[in-house]
Amino acid sequence: MAILKTEQLTYTYSQGSPFEKTAVDNVDIEIEEGEFVGVIGHTGSGKSTLVQHFNGLLRPTSGRVLLDGKDIWEDKKNIRTVRFRVGLVFQYPEYQLFEETVYRDIAFGPRNMGLSDAEIDSRVRSTAMAVGLSDDILERSPFELSGGQKRRAAIAGVLAMYPQVLILDEPTAGLDPKGRDMILSQIEDYHKRSGCTVLLVSHSMEDVAKFATKILVMNESRLFCYDTPQAVFKRSEEIYDMGLSVPQITRVFDIMKKRGFDIHDEIYTVKYAVELVANELRKKGRL
Amino acid sequence: MFRDITLGQYFPGNSIVHRLDPRFKIIMTVIFIVTLFIGQSAVSLELGGVFCVMAIVLSRIPWKLILKSLKPIVLILVITSLLNLFFIKDGLPVFEWRFIKITETGINTSVFMVVRIALLIAGTSLLTYTTSPIMLTDAIESLLSPLKAVRFPVHDLAMMMTIALRFVPTLIEETDKIMSAQKARGVDLDGGKIMDRIRSVVPIIIPLFVSAVRRAGELATAMECRCYRGGVGRTKMRSLKFGPADIIALLISIYFLAAVIFVNAKL
Ligand SMILES: Nc1ncnc2c1ncn2[C@@H]1O[C@H](COP(=O)(O)OP(=O)(O)OP(=O)(O)O)[C@@H](O)[C@H]1O
Ligand SMILES: [Mg+2]
Repeated sequence: MAILKTEQLTYTYSQGSPFEKTAVDNVDIEIEEGEFVGVIGHTGSGKSTLVQHFNGLLRPTSGRVLLDGKDIWEDKKNIRTVRFRVGLVFQYPEYQLFEETVYRDIAFGPRNMGLSDAEIDSRVRSTAMAVGLSDDILERSPFELSGGQKRRAAIAGVLAMYPQVLILDEPTAGLDPKGRDMILSQIEDYHKRSGCTVLLVSHSMEDVAKFATKILVMNESRLFCYDTPQAVFKRSEEIYDMGLSVPQITRVFDIMKKRGFDIHDEIYTVKYAVELVANELRKKGRL
Repeated sequence: MFRDITLGQYFPGNSIVHRLDPRFKIIMTVIFIVTLFIGQSAVSLELGGVFCVMAIVLSRIPWKLILKSLKPIVLILVITSLLNLFFIKDGLPVFEWRFIKITETGINTSVFMVVRIALLIAGTSLLTYTTSPIMLTDAIESLLSPLKAVRFPVHDLAMMMTIALRFVPTLIEETDKIMSAQKARGVDLDGGKIMDRIRSVVPIIIPLFVSAVRRAGELATAMECRCYRGGVGRTKMRSLKFGPADIIALLISIYFLAAVIFVNAKL
């Protein structure tokens, strides 16, 4: 059964005023457990609005959101439990830090869950390690950290709740390439270790192609498609028209195809491309 | 919940009221307030009401919005009317029970006060609904400019007001965002005991303060980078101009004021 499901989900900001804006329009989607979903779409296409429905921060204007087959709004009192099960890391999450020390800030979510001190301590330490924060940083004030460290602390704050579904809204925006790769591979690690479902909102096709098992494309408030990376990048023409791009390597191979190279597969990671080219060369006896 | 705050909220439009010179609108609002407060009788209130309704209709602001502006003061209205109802003892008694005595004067006064306050709020809200905050501060700066002669820092005051108003929506948005982020970490803002609720405000206030202070610093730097040095020698991109429509509108409001003074004199 799908862990997350939406039925005709629609959300309108400032309904009834002249600023009215439908940011999510009639979205039907089913996300299977354990999937790593890349969420892409141009600026303002409704990605952030969509993902805020999954943990009940926004209440649908119409339609339903189902977690494990149960409408999350069925019982309003349960919404807090939903939020512990579906962890959401916001776009620019560093602005949510408030405690005296990084340790206490990461512990904030688990403490709200009512866990024991020993459990909290072990969670804080292991998630801090997982996002690459050393022990001495844990005792510092979050306001003294660098931007990248703040970002890690904020992500750890959500990870420490051990959510079943982890949603990250552009966790790497504004980070250096090294920090970006590190955070993403840590998220991937966590995904593999815990088997949780991950939704990663991102503007970088390379990142999405590298990690995602499924891709969700939003276009002008509507769901454009939800499919495997292969199937999505096959529609590269349409994706270009939306103002999005496909991974560079896909573009290279698209052009090669047009020039008459015999390529059947959809290529979207460099690793796979290298393999393919090597095989080809081997066949011709040049490698 | 912050979306319910309507005071100071601009409702864009292109009606005749929107297009009036903001300076005239401020003066007219002041005249309107004076009219309401010197009015002693029901007739004078009716005059004020007619003026207010006329302005609302002309502005094409939905009635729903006007009612919304009254929502925050409902409690004040109720208390005012109850106080007047129970504590005015003179006049014809209508209802008596033990120490409670409600008189005709009490009822009249309480209705009178409620209508007066409601009109006051509706009228002033109309000013902010139909005038963008920037226009409003421009107008205040222009109206206060005679005070420059006595070295009163009119420009600085107007600039501070502009900035404050400019950042109201930003702060609201930011509060919303921080609230969502903390809710995602399990902050319970709706239920719980009073102490829990007070405690749950901390994770919202602190990041908000931190970012407000940071923002203020950044804004100051950005202004300095563009050589801002206060009001001396600065010109305006939009200079305020008034036309016949503004004068006619002003005359109408003066006419209502005069009518109320006349009614008062006849009493
Ligand atoms: N709080 C809000 N009030 C009113 N409109 C909003 C609000 N938040 C977003 N919108 C509007 O809803 C639409 C979708 O916004 P959303 O933040 O979901 O986009 P996004 O896909 O996450 O974009 P980005 O890639 O820039 O983060 C936009 O047109 C935006 O202007
Ligand atoms: Mg977004």
